[in-house]
Formats: sequence, C-alpha cells, structure tokens
Amino acid sequence: MRKVAVIGVGMTKFSGKQDKTCVELFGEAAMDAINEANLKPKDIQALFVGNVLGDFSEGQGQPQAFAADYIGAFNVPANKYENACASASAAARDAFMWVASGFYDVVLAGGTETAAKMGTPLATRTFAMGSDSRYEYPAGITFPGVFAMLTHLYAKKHGIPLEKLKRQMAQVSVNSHYYGALNPKAHFQKEITMDKVLDGFMVCQPLQLLDCCPFSDGASAIVLASEEKAKKLTDKPVYVVGIGQASAGNLLSQKDYLPRLRSRELSAKQAYDMAGLSPKDIDVCELHDCFSIATIIALEGLGFFEFGKASEAVERGETKIGGKIPVNPSGGLKSKGHPIGATGTAQVYDIVKQLRGECGERQVEGAKTGMTDTLGGDGGTIVNLILKRGW
Amino acid sequence: MEHKLSFKDYNEALKQDKLLGLKCKQCGTITVPPKITCGQCAGTDMDVIELSGKGEIQTFTTVFVPPEEREAEAPYIIVLVQLDEGPWIMGNLAGIEPDKATMEIMGKRVKMGHAVFAGDKYSDGDGARPLFSFGA
Repeated sequence: MRKVAVIGVGMTKFSGKQDKTCVELFGEAAMDAINEANLKPKDIQALFVGNVLGDFSEGQGQPQAFAADYIGAFNVPANKYENACASASAAARDAFMWVASGFYDVVLAGGTETAAKMGTPLATRTFAMGSDSRYEYPAGITFPGVFAMLTHLYAKKHGIPLEKLKRQMAQVSVNSHYYGALNPKAHFQKEITMDKVLDGFMVCQPLQLLDCCPFSDGASAIVLASEEKAKKLTDKPVYVVGIGQASAGNLLSQKDYLPRLRSRELSAKQAYDMAGLSPKDIDVCELHDCFSIATIIALEGLGFFEFGKASEAVERGETKIGGKIPVNPSGGLKSKGHPIGATGTAQVYDIVKQLRGECGERQVEGAKTGMTDTLGGDGGTIVNLILKRGW
Repeated sequence: MEHKLSFKDYNEALKQDKLLGLKCKQCGTITVPPKITCGQCAGTDMDVIELSGKGEIQTFTTVFVPPEEREAEAPYIIVLVQLDEGPWIMGNLAGIEPDKATMEIMGKRVKMGHAVFAGDKYSDGDGARPLFSFGA
C-alpha cells in the first residue's frame, strides 16, 4: 500500500437550521479543501460523501452526484456512505483505500447533513432509524434512550453512584462548551456551567438536555493524495497512518459487552496496530461525544483510561489541554455540533488543524499525532483514523 | 436459504404473548430475536423454541422526548431484560409511573406481555414488543 496524506481540509460553520441545501453546504467545504490543497476541481478523481438523511430533510437522494457536478468535478465517480453518524469517517476510510491501492492519486472525502432543518420530532424519528427497526423501534427507542440505558449500566457495573456520575458527565459537557466557545466554526460558542447542565430538562432519564449533542446543519471535506502528489502540493502533509472500522448488530446482540462497545475496541486496535502506535502515543483526540456518557465510554474503549476510571479522569481535568489526553478541543459533537453525515471528516479537519498548529487558543502545543473516533448508531459502525504530521 | 423464524412469524407469535427464539443444535445458544444464523457460532442448524418470557431488568430509561408520531405514548419506560434462557430483549415496562422509575428497578424480576406499535409511514406495518410487568 502507498502512503496517503490529507493535503487540504474544509468545513462550513456548523449551525442550526440553514437556508442552504446539503449540496451547497458540501460545495463550500469541498472548495475550501480543494483550494487549500492548491488544486482545481478537475484534479479530483472521485468523491466519497457521507450523508444520512438528505432524502428526509430535503427530498434529496444521491447528493454526492450533484455535489461532484456542483463543484465542477464533472462526471467523476461519486459514492454516498450511509453509516449513521459515522458516515463521513467510513467515506474517508474507503477514500484512503482507493488512493493507498494506487487506483487514484487525488480524491475528495467528506460529508454533508441538514439535520436541524427537520426539527426535533422528525430528526428524533429518523435518527432512530439507525437502531433496529423491527426489534428495537417498536419499544420507542431513541438515540438519547440508548445512551441513557448505557449510563445506568455503567453506573451499576462500576459501582459509581448515579448522582456522582451525573456530575462527572456534566463536566464533559462543560469542557466541550469551553472549547466550543473558542471555535468560530462551532454550533454553540458559549460556555455553560455544571449547574446549567444539571438543571436542564430531562430528555431520556438520566440524560438531560445538555448531556446531548444538538441536531446540526453543516458539511466538511478533506482532500486525500498519494505521498508523491502530496509532496509536490504541500509542505505540510498529514499522513493517515492507521485506519480501523468494525460493525455490530443491535444493542441486544451486544449484551456480553455493554456498556463497552466491542466494535470500537476492534476498530481502535486495527488502527493502533496499523500505525504501530498505542494510546499513549496519541497527542490529541476528537472522539464521538454524542452524549456525555459516550465520551466516558469512548475514553475507555480507545484505551486512554482503564474501564470504570474515565469519569474520574474527566473530573481531574485529564481530558483537557495539558492533561493526559486532550479530547475534543474543537468543542466536539456537543458544542461544535453534529451534522451526522459530516461529523467524521469534520473531526479529521480539526485533527489536521491541530497537527499544523493552527488552532490558536485551543491549540495542543506540539501535537504530532492525532486520532478520530466516530460511532454510528448504537455501535453499528465505528471508525477510527490515526493521523500524523509529515514534516 | 430459508428462514427458520422470520420477523413476520416472530411478530405474530408475540401478539399472542408467545416469545419465540432459535436454539442452535451445534452450540446450544438461544438466539432472540431471530437471525438467519446462530448469534454465537453462525451455525444454521437451529430449532424454533418458545421462551418463558421471564427475566431480570438489566437497564432502563424513561423517554420524555419521543420520536414523531409517538408523542401520545410519552413518557414511557424502555427496559433491556435478560431472559432466564440467556438472551437480552428490549421492551417497555408497565406497573410503575414512568417518571418515578429509578435504578432501583434494575435487577427486578419481570414477566412478559406485549403491546403493539401500530406503525407509521416509514415502518412497513406494525411491530409488537414485549411489555413487561413486575413479578415472575
């Protein structure tokens, strides 16, 4: 396999309901990524686009084809990836493979979503389509519902009183908003307090409003190139040194592992093994904090902390910049926002910016190696990417 | 390949308060809800069996923000129950005010009845789910 680098990144501001279409949003992010890579749209040989709900939010099927045309990458192959909230990461992983294999030299991966447009009732319904429609949805499952049940399991399994765990979880959200407030692309650019999290209305017992990420609109894109091309186009290539992906069935089929998510542990191991790295080598991580408890579960599944210990680590500040493993200095899904089809490559966007040292007040000083973690559904898809500074 | 137990047959049985599953002749594992292969060893030689519908609550949530068209049901309790035969299943819980449920209910014994989600424009028809109540 050839080495593959990210040579350009772009993302729109993440936000509530947009007037723009999902294709227009993708166009903005894609052109920024292409311009940053010193390329023209005609140089892009294929598109790999995450999008989950364009048909429900705008009546738009196959946005990837229209996106290719919209940006002037005329008639190139364009594929859509639907892996629930991990769609764009699945797209990026496949894009990597096509370049690594030698078939293409320069491709565009990304994602776009207009979830906020749908409003909460329809968004809640369509997000729940990422659960099992036959054996879970009849009971009225929702995504907050899944993570609410995992919260209770986690508290019981590790013997942590729920009140204590809830405060630790609230700290996760407070941290996210602290960094989001410094990120001009974030959906919410406002700090919050622990009291505000604990006073929020109940979404799904025990998860309150600010334990949950928002429905967002937005897009992101990255240009991937072979090492040879990358060296000609940029002084700062960021190499994709490890990739991992795994799947799982419905929550019931995962009973032997919950609240751990086996798909994450398998995926992360693939990525670490490929990169020849271990969790201690990661300088900064953008992980899938769709709910506050999800951060805690991910911190353990990725190997940063022992099982049952991550919530205390958050409390001690070990996941902030300057701590053991800086997590989500972008604001994460909670504060930066979660336009589901775009989230994965937006995580890559932020890791690339960190490795280039372009993050200002939320910069992890000297970061050389970063990791992304993206989860789709209730563990149905997990994708991990490890990126490394190439200079 | 033929299904030993399809969603349709499982669903119709559940509407009669019968919980059907599959027992693997190879490894003995019981798979519920049904799949085309054994949930443990992926073997295909399985018998359809009826389960007791009794078990223990493993975890729960009370949903206050429901999906579209399910507003009238909220708040409602979702439980994951470990059946006496081993598998976990998702259902709802009756017999307690939804906003009064706490972690105290985890570990409690329950028995199964059923309720039917009538379906919406996306769901391709109805779907029964276990409706549990305390005591077993």
